[in-house]
Amino acid sequence: MTKQDIIKPENLVYGKTKVLTDNIMHYCPGCSHGVIHKLIAEVIEEMGIQEKTIGIAPVGCSVFAYNYFDIDMQEAAHGRAPALATAVKRLMPDKVVFTYQGDGDLAAIGTAETIHACNRGENIVIFFVNNGIYGMTGGQMAPTTLEGMKTATCPYGRNTDMYGFPLRISDLLKEIDGTCYVTRQSVHKTASIVRAKKAIRKAFQNSIDGKGTSVVEFVSHCNTNWKMTPVQSNAWMEEHMFAKYPLGDLKDTPKKRFDEINHL
Amino acid sequence: MAKFKGAVVVDTERCKGCGLCVAACPSKVLGLASQVNAKGYNYAEMVTEDCVGCCSCGYVCPDACISVYKVTL
Amino acid sequence: MEEIKLMKGNEAFAHAAVRSGCDGYFGYPITPQSEVMETLQELKPWEETGMVVLQAESEVSAINMVYAGAACGKKVMTSSSSPGVSLKQEGISYIAAAELPCLILNVMRGGPGLGTIQPSQADYFQSVKGGGHGDYHMIVLAPSTVQEMADFVDLGYELAFKYRNPVLMLSDGVIGQMMEKVVLPPYKPRRSMEEVIAQCPWATTGKVGRDHNIITSLALESEVMEATNIRLQAKYREIEENEVRFEEYMLDDADYVFVAFGSSARICKQAVEYARAEGIKVGVLRPITLFPFPTKKIQELATRVKGFMSIEMSAGQMVEDVRLAVNGSKPVGFYGRQGGIIPSAEEALEALKTQIIK
Repeated sequence: MTKQDIIKPENLVYGKTKVLTDNIMHYCPGCSHGVIHKLIAEVIEEMGIQEKTIGIAPVGCSVFAYNYFDIDMQEAAHGRAPALATAVKRLMPDKVVFTYQGDGDLAAIGTAETIHACNRGENIVIFFVNNGIYGMTGGQMAPTTLEGMKTATCPYGRNTDMYGFPLRISDLLKEIDGTCYVTRQSVHKTASIVRAKKAIRKAFQNSIDGKGTSVVEFVSHCNTNWKMTPVQSNAWMEEHMFAKYPLGDLKDTPKKRFDEINHL
Repeated sequence: MAKFKGAVVVDTERCKGCGLCVAACPSKVLGLASQVNAKGYNYAEMVTEDCVGCCSCGYVCPDACISVYKVTL
Repeated sequence: MEEIKLMKGNEAFAHAAVRSGCDGYFGYPITPQSEVMETLQELKPWEETGMVVLQAESEVSAINMVYAGAACGKKVMTSSSSPGVSLKQEGISYIAAAELPCLILNVMRGGPGLGTIQPSQADYFQSVKGGGHGDYHMIVLAPSTVQEMADFVDLGYELAFKYRNPVLMLSDGVIGQMMEKVVLPPYKPRRSMEEVIAQCPWATTGKVGRDHNIITSLALESEVMEATNIRLQAKYREIEENEVRFEEYMLDDADYVFVAFGSSARICKQAVEYARAEGIKVGVLRPITLFPFPTKKIQELATRVKGFMSIEMSAGQMVEDVRLAVNGSKPVGFYGRQGGIIPSAEEALEALKTQIIK
């Protein structure tokens, strides 16, 4: 059987989801953002919620996420995505609303918005990409930068006496009563991708079920600013990032916590 | 012998040659081409015919440029 | 039958919001405007009209909620006072850039800094000249009565949706806090989702039977960014052409003109009475829209009066626009008080006499 015999529409077992546009992503080769975008889009397609999903893009590398998801999207000011998602969900409760944020956006400039959206138990999903660095602006220190890790603004390595400690913000968010599901995933291997996709689906389902806020953190790499190849970055991430940011569910509340808040 | 036979099609213009699919393939089917695409990337391509259609390459591809086809033998 | 009520300006604004078919209010407490959200919470409009009322964690968050609500084509609003409005400036710049319709109320208090909770008009520059970054304008309405605090909600939304532009109601602690009689506008139903989609086909209401809608203010390519700016400026010129509003008070035979907005205009009307009792023919030009500014009206007045006097609760801000309009053809004086001190009618008249009449 030749390759040409196999390559027929009826034999297709994996391809690009229609919820991703045909635009070529601007991300660097090997960037985790692409995989995470793809998983979110695949789940949206599989759940049949493309028409009612509204996404909120952040400031950072994924600022152009709206060019890639074939759904209605809003571009937020830096850090404010959870505030935007709050309003969209409150005003249109039948919609599925998610934010897509990086570590600088969510854990530095947008900490207040993140914590308070979670504390109100907004029925939204927060996707949080943690690669320990500011990607778009050229590799500066993030709140999640590991101790000793070198970045453009801590070129001699993050010194915790000067800059504090890497912030495990998901651990903080799990303590908040309004969150129903907080999980830390990665997308560096086939098995982890399958798990991450399940987490995404669960988060969307929680939102539909009105359980409260779901937070899915993706421990990721930034090979360009880490100055490694994508394959090396994955290995470095496994060795160093996972030690500080261990994977797995941090919180999974089975019961519904919130009724329709605004009686809409 | 594998019970399945697969084939990988790479959208060579979307591909950025990151090599994640090459590393992810358990059957060592993929490699980076010596040719480059319009953006100058050495895109991924099948280098052997041993594909079993496991889709690992597709899962890890950040640019959604891989389609996998599979038949049961 | 019209029902006349007695209430504070802030309360009238809140009542009018519910009656205007507003979809959402997002705010953060700050004196002297907290009655807006307090009144809304008491009214519980979510039970009657479905209007969302949410106390945000900050003014920053509140204005970004407004951004998102407006991006959904909804009638949304926020209110605050000077320091809080400063915090909102980033969001307002984004709203103007993304061309989103919304209503923002600033019940001004004295600054700079944390300042005082007493009334002021020192946010004029911030309101009409930009405030946030980039070249943009809000449409700025200046109420001078409790009645206008109510009436300008509908007017504000009309202009906001007509031009896809943020509208600011620039009030102050006097108008917000004082009680006055008011006839509240009749109830309008909130628009249905179908009506929202029909009115705002650009809004993020869900990708149903069309390409995906994107609301963004980002344009990395210079050509695109310049084109956006050119489009915005054309819109602002159109607004200047069509939407100038002002009140003329005893200007027909006036030799001198007080130019004043909001609560200062009320004082000037009193000063006109005193002046005319002395045989000095004075009138008041009260800009209702501060952007667009009644430049042409002032130019026309400059051809027939002897001088102008800008009265403000600031160190002199609007006076600059009066001078630009008059362009040196007639004397333009200024008198103002700051820090929450309200200029008296006597002071205004005295300033006119010493600076202009001489």
